[in-house]
Amino acid sequence: MKRSLFLLPLLLLLLAQPHARAQSKFMTKAGRVSFFSASPIEDIEAKNQEVAAVLDFGTGQLAFSLPVKGFVFKRTLMQEHFNENYMESDKFPKATFTGRFVGIDAATLATPGSHTAQVEGDLTLHGVTHRIKVPATVELKGGQLLAAAVFSVAPADYNIEIPLIVRNNIAKIVSVRVALACDPVPAAVGATTRPTN
Amino acid sequence: MLRNFYAVSLKGLLLVGLLAWAGAAHAQTENDLLRDLEKQTTDSTKREAVAATFKGTHIINSQSVETPGQGTLAFLIQHRFGTINSGPYEFFGLDNAVLRLSFEYGVTDRLALGLGRSSQEKTFDGFVKYKALQQSTGAHPMPVSVTLFASSAITTLKFNQTANTAERSTASRLDYTYQVLLARKFSPSLSVQLMPTLIHRNYVALEGMQNDVYSIGAGLRQKLTKRLALTADYFYLLPGYVADNYRNALGVGVDIETGGHVFQLHLTNSSGMVEKFFVPQTTGNFFDGDIFFGFTVARNFTVKSRD
Repeated sequence: MKRSLFLLPLLLLLLAQPHARAQSKFMTKAGRVSFFSASPIEDIEAKNQEVAAVLDFGTGQLAFSLPVKGFVFKRTLMQEHFNENYMESDKFPKATFTGRFVGIDAATLATPGSHTAQVEGDLTLHGVTHRIKVPATVELKGGQLLAAAVFSVAPADYNIEIPLIVRNNIAKIVSVRVALACDPVPAAVGATTRPTN
Repeated sequence: MLRNFYAVSLKGLLLVGLLAWAGAAHAQTENDLLRDLEKQTTDSTKREAVAATFKGTHIINSQSVETPGQGTLAFLIQHRFGTINSGPYEFFGLDNAVLRLSFEYGVTDRLALGLGRSSQEKTFDGFVKYKALQQSTGAHPMPVSVTLFASSAITTLKFNQTANTAERSTASRLDYTYQVLLARKFSPSLSVQLMPTLIHRNYVALEGMQNDVYSIGAGLRQKLTKRLALTADYFYLLPGYVADNYRNALGVGVDIETGGHVFQLHLTNSSGMVEKFFVPQTTGNFFDGDIFFGFTVARNFTVKSRD
């Protein structure tokens, strides 16, 4: 009896832990990433609303994946060139990011209120991976986790070749904006189930 | 004794479980997270359109399955110089030129309307192009793209200005073209197109000449680099009077892409740039040097932006 009393808190701890983790993992399949290139000749903008992302505040890790062909441009020809010539979307269909929150206990980010944090990790574009560090804001609101970040990408760093003739039309530094509204995922289930959409 | 054993083993089991749990939590790396994410989002059954079968709305002489896309106005300048074998006096054909200017507008992503004017016989042409099927990958993949093309052309030449010819009625100035453009992008670099074609001519100059001319066209695009492609198109005339007296139109060229333009440079045995000219009225012998150097420049304007 005495032993059972000793085991009880341990048992409770074991049961309680996965539950605590369940509320720390958030996911979306319809996040938004847009980019903007400003040049004296023209502005280029595209939006992608098929961004999949998972943020695990239990471990502080996060991962993003988006289909490059999901970027929608105002001009059809631009979209075609983007996929055919610049991003080579048939060869490199996805852009990904994997990383973690740094310099902060990630668990505190999943509490109500708006928080800012640094995210560090590997961005893979056009088959090239670079380590980047990006400031991000996260906010728990109405059961959803809202995450946002703005950062810059230099196409040249990712072997995205820009021909001389349009060099003045495309910015050297492209601004990327990320906006996610993630739903909580029970950790144990999240890794195996496939919700249909 | 037995009771004690169970208690100890239970405690041990819990401890092992706890360690395993803690270990698992930290063993999962960011890459595992990404793998899980992609497992959930990668949908091989998703239908995806195969885009950019051809670079432009024309291959060389022929139309391609491509349309400008919704809200896009394409302005095309097509140029054909004289034949290369006309010699140095004619500066190898560069002294003479036939021009066609045209606008093509994408009403929807599938439907396009066009209007053109050729200097040859002062011809206006108007056409409708409709992308009936779009090649796609996914659950029920569509192996080919099919575009329907219909055009009418009217010559506005004043016939009575030349000696001994009577002025012609409006009806006799009209010619019609009907085509089914059937294309498949076999790989990101290779696209092939087939074009069963019917040309109906309201007026033919000689007795025995067909009013209806049937032809099978074929075209291809082979990319050499990201922005440079080799192109060719050919129209085979089905046996008949026209096939006996005229030649099959052949064109070979390159597509060069720069920013918002596509430059198409080509060599062809046809000087006409409207179906009613190059399908039933080609006279040049390509292999005898009756080759017209020509180019097409297309500039796209976004009239109505999407979203």
